[in-house]
Amino acid sequence: MTVNGFIQVVVYLGLLLALVKPLGAYMARVYEGKPVLLEGVLGPVERFIYRLCGIRPTDEMNWKGYAFAVLLFNLLGLLALYGVQRLQGMLPLNPQHLPAVAPDLSFNTAVSFATNTNWQSYSGENTLSYMTQMLGLTVQNFVSAATGMAVLIALIRGLIGRSASTIGNFWVDLVRGTLYILLPLSLVLAVLLVSQGVVQTFSAYKTVPLMQPTMDTSGKAVNEQVLPLGPVASQVAIKQLGTNGGGFYGVNSAHPFENPTPLSNLLEMLAILLIPAALCYTFGRMVGDTRQGWAVLAAMLIILVPLMIGAVWAEQAGNPALKSLGIDQTAGNMEGKETRFGVVNSAIWATATTAASNGSVNSMHDSYTPLGGLIPMWLMQLGEVVFGGVGSGLYGMLIFAIIAVFVAGLMVGRTPEYLGKKIEAFEMKMAALVILVTPAIVKIGTAIAVSMPSGAAATSNPGPHAFSQILYWASSTGNNNGSAFAGLGTNNLLYNITGGLLMLFSRYWLIVPVLAIAGSLARKKRVPPSSGTMPTHTPVFVALLVGTVILVGALAFMPALALGPIVEHLMLR
Amino acid sequence: MHLIRPAVVSLVLLTLITGVAYPLVVTALAQVVYDGQANGSLLIANGKAVGSELIGQPFTDPRYFRSRPSATSPFAYNSEASSGSNLAPTNPALTKAVQERIDALKTADPTNTQPIPIDLMTASGSGLDPHISPAAAEYQVARVARARKLDESMVRRLVAQYADGRDWGLLGEPRVNVLKLNFALDHPEWSKGQRLPPSTRFLRQRAFMPER
Repeated sequence: MTVNGFIQVVVYLGLLLALVKPLGAYMARVYEGKPVLLEGVLGPVERFIYRLCGIRPTDEMNWKGYAFAVLLFNLLGLLALYGVQRLQGMLPLNPQHLPAVAPDLSFNTAVSFATNTNWQSYSGENTLSYMTQMLGLTVQNFVSAATGMAVLIALIRGLIGRSASTIGNFWVDLVRGTLYILLPLSLVLAVLLVSQGVVQTFSAYKTVPLMQPTMDTSGKAVNEQVLPLGPVASQVAIKQLGTNGGGFYGVNSAHPFENPTPLSNLLEMLAILLIPAALCYTFGRMVGDTRQGWAVLAAMLIILVPLMIGAVWAEQAGNPALKSLGIDQTAGNMEGKETRFGVVNSAIWATATTAASNGSVNSMHDSYTPLGGLIPMWLMQLGEVVFGGVGSGLYGMLIFAIIAVFVAGLMVGRTPEYLGKKIEAFEMKMAALVILVTPAIVKIGTAIAVSMPSGAAATSNPGPHAFSQILYWASSTGNNNGSAFAGLGTNNLLYNITGGLLMLFSRYWLIVPVLAIAGSLARKKRVPPSSGTMPTHTPVFVALLVGTVILVGALAFMPALALGPIVEHLMLR
Repeated sequence: MHLIRPAVVSLVLLTLITGVAYPLVVTALAQVVYDGQANGSLLIANGKAVGSELIGQPFTDPRYFRSRPSATSPFAYNSEASSGSNLAPTNPALTKAVQERIDALKTADPTNTQPIPIDLMTASGSGLDPHISPAAAEYQVARVARARKLDESMVRRLVAQYADGRDWGLLGEPRVNVLKLNFALDHPEWSKGQRLPPSTRFLRQRAFMPER
């Protein structure tokens, strides 16, 4: 790894950490219902929404009501997005006259954006109209992120509640999260991105001449280039901030109109981890002990940083298969990477986007070296708890914290407790459900795809890498990430339907047990810490938490990884 | 069923706010403050758009600097269908493609014995990469100078003019914009065109207009 590469990693993480406290404290105020400056502008909008919805913001819900509201709202969003795609051909703002999207692809895409996964079996520039991108996708980018954050806040309320039967009001959390957190951050980021050259217009695509005319594969002369435009910056901002990751264009943030400069790249990378990292501080602030939040953030960083450096190192090493050709590989493995980003910014992005359940890419992961590709895949398989999705990552990590105190409690023979709440049989059953569901569905999904002829036929690379492509697909959809080994041809019935189901299970099968834990914890009394209580802000606990996450992730996936990237790595030696 | 009304109403209102108002506000701001960037960073000559400084074009003529290989179909640098090759490092098709690119470059420039920089041999992620590395430009200087009967040092000066270092000396990688460089080669009288360093991109920029 070069000195500059190291410095770029340090600059990135340094800027990120500097933003954690201010944003985290602000988000705590938003969710605690305290006044924030923006209410001066958006307060009337907020109150208008409540009035039209017919809700009183002070009315709280029990966990079942909260869960039902989440599911109902998400179901409606999913149906609306499906409808917009199917009717695209008849709707306005379609300057390229793109036809309706096929039913299976519409289903996959609707699920994908509603579940905050943003898996894309299509290329935006030749499939979706401006109307679909805005009214359909941009909206779900916002509300799926706000949903994840709301569920996290409900879990935190469960941890701080004392003999309470309620865990907050979903509509209030949804609206405040959208209006006061996601909207202002997106607006600022979008304008900064436009300054760098990310396009933002409603004009039709622009045709320009080629300086040197060329020929297509059928021998026909090509004299011009069609530049795909659109309202890109506004969507890119929220896709990065809300850990969505669904690109406006097919190649996502590798596209020069979506990510034109190293500075736009830095801003977009910061946006990937910004809210997930800051929510750790929000959590600490809300439970009344910021050390608790820093401890969780430390555990995430301890897992992320070595993997990030490992990925940069693996890509910097270049492709051994090309060594004998006598070319200059000092720039590293550049297949599928952009010149302006190089291997360093590509590998930093690849680890950040898979640590968080963002899934946007600025390089093609399929062309990574075997070890460089193993790292993003494993980060997803850890269950998207190392930063993870906005809200969903931290609620996943808090479930792991509950598992960790349980393991520690077993070792010393005491009833485990977390933040003064006793962890008992019900919580453990729900927590086990949460950590077992995603490894199970990822492997079931992989098994289905590899055993179907059309599943195996969709792979585009030979040997163990073909298996890696399928395993990556299942890990991505089964953990709501959305990035891909994109050579896999997934726009067909098998992958669209199976992938859609994986995304649905991994999102909602987790949300319901998490809310059940929140409801159960809220009802409990808070017990004062005693000499036998395990403190959960110490390095010992951080190590225990890291160990739990890694052990579960490694045990679940080592055999599968051995069949894919590890064999491929050994083949290249 | 007291939940249906808030679910429907909040979805409709949040759609209007995030799906209509938000993109409209961003578009209005973008078109007023950064009209050049928001509309595709076009290169304008004689009042006509001749390309975008952010979207690469294919070049094979020895008189031009070549761009990186592109995996878009059905022709290289098809900006309507951005795509990487997605070839795995173990895929024999990748090794074969690289060998063919080596052969093509060597045929165009048989006397060049420098090792070829990897970015000239590999397809970019987007298939639209507007840049090559400074090393890839240097590799081609002699060939372009010969084909144009120019002095190598003159071509090298032009390359330096269209090369960007890391942003603020720190971010990203050094790079050369191929389209702008080739445009300047064809129009030496315009080579003193508007040239702003990347750190000034926060400023309002009109379309890139080379001046006579």
